[in-house]
Amino acid sequence: MSELFQDYSEAVARSGAYDEMFAPGLIARRSYGQVEGALKELSLADVSARADSMARTFLDRGVTFDYAGEERPFPLDIVPRVIPADEWETLERGVAQRVRALEAFLDDVYGRMSVVTDGVIPRQLITTSAHFHRAVHGFEPAGGVRVHVSGIDVVRDAAGTFRVLEDNVRVPSGVSYVLENRRAMAKGLPEAFGQQHIRPVEEYPRRLLSALRKTAPSGVDDPTVVVLTPGVFNSAYFEHTLLAGLMGVELVEGRDLICRGNRVYMRTTAGEQRVDVIYKRIDDDFLDPLQFRSDSMLGCPGLVNAARAGGVTIANAVGNGVADDKLVYSYVPDLIRYYLHEEPVIANVDTFRLEEKEAREHVLDRLDELVVKPVDGSGGKGLVIGPAASKEELDALRSRILTDPRGWIAQPVLQLSTVPTLSGDKFGPRHVDLRPFAVNDGDDVWVLPGGLTRVALKEGSLIVNSSQGGGSKDTWVLSDSPQLPGPDFPRPSISVREQVSVWPVESNWRDRQSEQEQQ
Amino acid sequence: MLSRIAESLFWIGRYVERADGTARILDVHLERLNHLPLEEQRSVARELLAVMGARPQSEEFGLPELLHALAYDKSNASSIAGSLGAARENARRARETVSSSLWECLNTTYYGLNQHRKDVVGTYRFCNWVLERTAMVRGLADTTVSHDESWLFLVLGRSLERADMTARMLSTRDVLSAGMSWVNMLRCAGAYESFLRTRRAAFGDQHAAEFLLLDRLFPRSIVYALRDADECLAKLDPSAQRVGFINDARRIVGQARTFLEFHRTDDLMAELPEHMDRVQKAVTQASDAISRKYFNQADELAWVGEVS
Repeated sequence: MSELFQDYSEAVARSGAYDEMFAPGLIARRSYGQVEGALKELSLADVSARADSMARTFLDRGVTFDYAGEERPFPLDIVPRVIPADEWETLERGVAQRVRALEAFLDDVYGRMSVVTDGVIPRQLITTSAHFHRAVHGFEPAGGVRVHVSGIDVVRDAAGTFRVLEDNVRVPSGVSYVLENRRAMAKGLPEAFGQQHIRPVEEYPRRLLSALRKTAPSGVDDPTVVVLTPGVFNSAYFEHTLLAGLMGVELVEGRDLICRGNRVYMRTTAGEQRVDVIYKRIDDDFLDPLQFRSDSMLGCPGLVNAARAGGVTIANAVGNGVADDKLVYSYVPDLIRYYLHEEPVIANVDTFRLEEKEAREHVLDRLDELVVKPVDGSGGKGLVIGPAASKEELDALRSRILTDPRGWIAQPVLQLSTVPTLSGDKFGPRHVDLRPFAVNDGDDVWVLPGGLTRVALKEGSLIVNSSQGGGSKDTWVLSDSPQLPGPDFPRPSISVREQVSVWPVESNWRDRQSEQEQQ
Repeated sequence: MLSRIAESLFWIGRYVERADGTARILDVHLERLNHLPLEEQRSVARELLAVMGARPQSEEFGLPELLHALAYDKSNASSIAGSLGAARENARRARETVSSSLWECLNTTYYGLNQHRKDVVGTYRFCNWVLERTAMVRGLADTTVSHDESWLFLVLGRSLERADMTARMLSTRDVLSAGMSWVNMLRCAGAYESFLRTRRAAFGDQHAAEFLLLDRLFPRSIVYALRDADECLAKLDPSAQRVGFINDARRIVGQARTFLEFHRTDDLMAELPEHMDRVQKAVTQASDAISRKYFNQADELAWVGEVS
């Protein structure tokens, strides 16, 4: 093994986590065979040169996220995360199942609420959720889909089992990095791709566009789709531009839109043009000043009424946040059983509901061993990791939990699985999570092969969020059955293709030129 | 102006555009090529070389040989290094006519050819660098040279070669039929985003080929490039005529362009090989006719007699 992996197995043993690349004893797992072979051939100088070149490409292409008003490149590590075909098959099934259950749940919650009547989930839990919006109660959105796009965060625990960490069915972001990472890796580490079949990711924008078009209000022949962005200062603005560009649709801001007669139009040089589907990348709170925050300058007044009247499809639907609520998350396995009559394919992480008195007392006793999260947070905001927190932090947390038990959940500290990551002059194990993306067009849930693997770049750190010093890895899903035509389908060579002749016979200059054409 | 200078300018236009087109094709196809099994890689490398109009020198022809033949072989004007070298050589002969910034740009490019690693990763960088340099040459030619006869020859060469290169990009579809061929075709021409914005949800081979072949507004489409060439030829011809033609190049370019532009078809994909073939022939013939008329007066006089 190359000197790049010196001390690697000790570091893995120290963290006690499951390593994605190596089985104990520094034996590469089968799925990582090609990658290991490629890395072995490289010296430290090569690897750093490749990593620098990849970082420069990212900067040149403007692959950045905005943090505190500053554009930062999103670090991409050179070692990919590889998922073997059989593991992916399970993940794919599990993610699709979850999306179907959440879709049914949202439909129910904003309708008959039979999930409450049947006693699966307490009514109070739903109505107290910060993202339960009464403004969208009681109507079926045009197109019939609420969770067009979702990102289900998955982690692997120390035993090697995948578990769902959280659901994102509001505005999941990160898919642009999946697309860009693959491009950068194909040019930065071409050797590692080798002869294996890695499932492509580039069809995502087309899948998304066709799902959005398919869920347009009925009666529209050729729907106009737009991406609605809060603007250039949003942290995911790069992603908005990339997706709009790759789908070939307009990227609009709130001020480009007008609602009239429960229809939505955008202002163009050719007058007002009807908009049928809005891929919304704004938080619900800012979407429609008539319904939500009246001081919002980002949205467009009247959107919610237009959606209610069926004049426009908003993707994802307004009010989806109730399914993101971390307390609802703890009920998702029950929801899967209730709506789909199936057992969950991927388990949850064990979760304490702090509203329940017994659980709360138990948690308060061992705050220093647990992770405590706010139920409506995202991006790792407000999260407290017990073992890493100071006594003052824990005391503050304790009093906050006691004032608002509904606002918090607690989970055991998971040792997320690790992947070798370049750090200084060698590879070290770093913790990763995985966010597979699913696109739902109403008939079928399609899961993008792979997803975004985020990595905590500091040794031992469990926080992978890009705003807190995380990076990302290209995620490869291997395929057993190659999708490309293999040797059984002989490729038609140029000489045998069908010849059709439509041009007029060449006129008098033909003979004279025939020798000169040879050059 | 001197025929000799006009010829140099014409060829600067052609060579620079050829380097640009070859770099684009190589950059995109290298990615796909790299993932193929070794045996297939070999045969695809051969076919790709054939599309670029060359034959392998030796029996052993794989990826490294392809890189050499298309990127680094200075002795061969169909490689990037060869055509940039030839462009610089032409500029040296016409040094007093071209602007000094254009000459310096070509010369700097020439001396930069060796500063790249010749492996796969280095070739990606090399292709990017070539695209930047050729864009710079084009920009300087357009902004620092008067748009007189000399500039027209340069643009004429550039437009003809561009039509030829786009035809080759379309032909590579046959070579790499596996996978997302039409996306690659569009990426070659830098047309992916433009295409998506124009065509909205209409994806597929047929639409992509149509875009690169027939689009009236995309500058790298064949119809657009041929129209550019046509316009240059019209401006170059001092004897504006009301009927007929005495300029053979105009006839060839005009016929090819109008045939394509107003051609009606149900199955473009089946006809594509013929279109590509005829476009490439038309470019060769037009180039010859231009040589005879402008660069070699004697030959042209003999030729006029044959026009019926």
